[in-house]
Amino acid sequence: MLDDFFVRALIAGIGVALVTGPLGCFVVWRRLSYFGDTLSHSALLGVTLAYSFELNIALSVFIISSVIALILIQLQKKTNLPGDALLGLLAHSSLAVGLVVIGFLTFIRFDIMGLLFGDILAVTTNDIFIIWTGGAVILIVLKLIWKPLFASTVNYELAEAEGLNPDRAKATFTILMAAVIAISIKMVGLLLITGMLIIPAAMARNISDSPQKMVLFSVIGGLLSVLLGLFSSLEFNTSSGPSIIMAALVLFILSLLNIKQSIKLKN
Amino acid sequence: MSLENSTLVKLNNAGFKQNNKWLVEGVSLTVERGKIVTLIGPNGSGKSTTAKIALGIYKNIEGSVEKYTNKVGYVPQKISIDWTLPLRVYDFMLLTEDIKDEAIDEALTLTGVMHLKNKNLGNLSGGEFQRVLIARAISKKPELLVLDEPVQGVDYTGEIALYELIKKISDTLNCGILLISHDLHTVMTATDHVVCLNGHVCCSGTPMDVAKNNEYKTLFGEQASQILTVYEHKHDHVHSDEGQIKKN
Repeated sequence: MLDDFFVRALIAGIGVALVTGPLGCFVVWRRLSYFGDTLSHSALLGVTLAYSFELNIALSVFIISSVIALILIQLQKKTNLPGDALLGLLAHSSLAVGLVVIGFLTFIRFDIMGLLFGDILAVTTNDIFIIWTGGAVILIVLKLIWKPLFASTVNYELAEAEGLNPDRAKATFTILMAAVIAISIKMVGLLLITGMLIIPAAMARNISDSPQKMVLFSVIGGLLSVLLGLFSSLEFNTSSGPSIIMAALVLFILSLLNIKQSIKLKN
Repeated sequence: MSLENSTLVKLNNAGFKQNNKWLVEGVSLTVERGKIVTLIGPNGSGKSTTAKIALGIYKNIEGSVEKYTNKVGYVPQKISIDWTLPLRVYDFMLLTEDIKDEAIDEALTLTGVMHLKNKNLGNLSGGEFQRVLIARAISKKPELLVLDEPVQGVDYTGEIALYELIKKISDTLNCGILLISHDLHTVMTATDHVVCLNGHVCCSGTPMDVAKNNEYKTLFGEQASQILTVYEHKHDHVHSDEGQIKKN
């Protein structure tokens, strides 16, 4: 069954959606969408390094994204530049360095489009293994830091005062962000990973009244987006990433209709 | 209980500097079980900063803090909650600790906001939200309660009832309370120890001691001094009933 590329893509996509759902909620709550963009742009550099030194792509992306996150934290401490300027600086310079390095790697044939927008044909059984084990680890760690992370998202000082150690939770979450980008890069492509994090979570926000519900709807929305996106990708021969994100967008628009209905019901 | 065991948090000559400016310095105080310590002082005198030092929110402080408990309930003065979060009162009650439903209901009933349990936090009025904040802090049955202007925005009758509640909680839970308030009238009836701040400790002691202090008089005016003295009588009375003796 795993011989079929489409079945492999489905299994991988479901794994990705299960992880991006809960993490995406925190990205929305903590206003980290540009942070996610920066990490995923830097992923290109990770990919080129993987090709240059014959490393595993996910591992290489994970390492580079973590390093970029650490550099960001240091720059935030040492400079007076606003956060968004630093994010832009890191995002575009790492993207530029990645593209320049690709230019030098003439001996390797690159599928740039696949890298940027995802390629379901490229998903191997090895990728499935990485997505599911990596995803399981990410979800377990997220479960462990949930309380302090959520509490400090609501209010940092309350969490700190009542002994929850929010700084450790925040640092751990940064690593989790790098990890989720590393495992989803093949499916969604590095330009659209943040979309996979944000759009299902934004859709879920529109129809939820509690954090638990938002996480649940975000996961369901992500799964539906992957299924719809992959089938249409197969049907219309489009890149997998844009197809998945477009499906997520459709769900988001539907959730807006739901808001109107619920407002009518309340009245 | 020995004196050592009853201490919950102790500040030794503590201070905090931000952007090369002292927010507060040289503060020494002790909060013990069953006692209410009140910080008073003008705006910008470092009351909230002192509370945050005691709570361990500020890390790079001068002096030292000894904290003997991890069961802490905190009502901050300012709280900004991001409404991108769908958060009901119920979810907020569980924010830092998983407490039982009965404890949640009890706390919400005590502060008079049980009917808001399933309301979205963003839809509450200022006073309602303040009551929820107090309910959240007491529901976890803390050993140390830090209340930074806990009744701001609460209506007048509610204010009195909430201060009575705070006093009752300190007795029933035998927890120590660090209270910040501008309301000299209400506070003084319950307070065991007053610390008057103005960037540093300008004076401290029982409400009576502080009221007599000249620095306090210049800071708050003669009238405030009279208020304190009036309430000191009541305060003595209440305490002799319970057999508690003032410190110092």
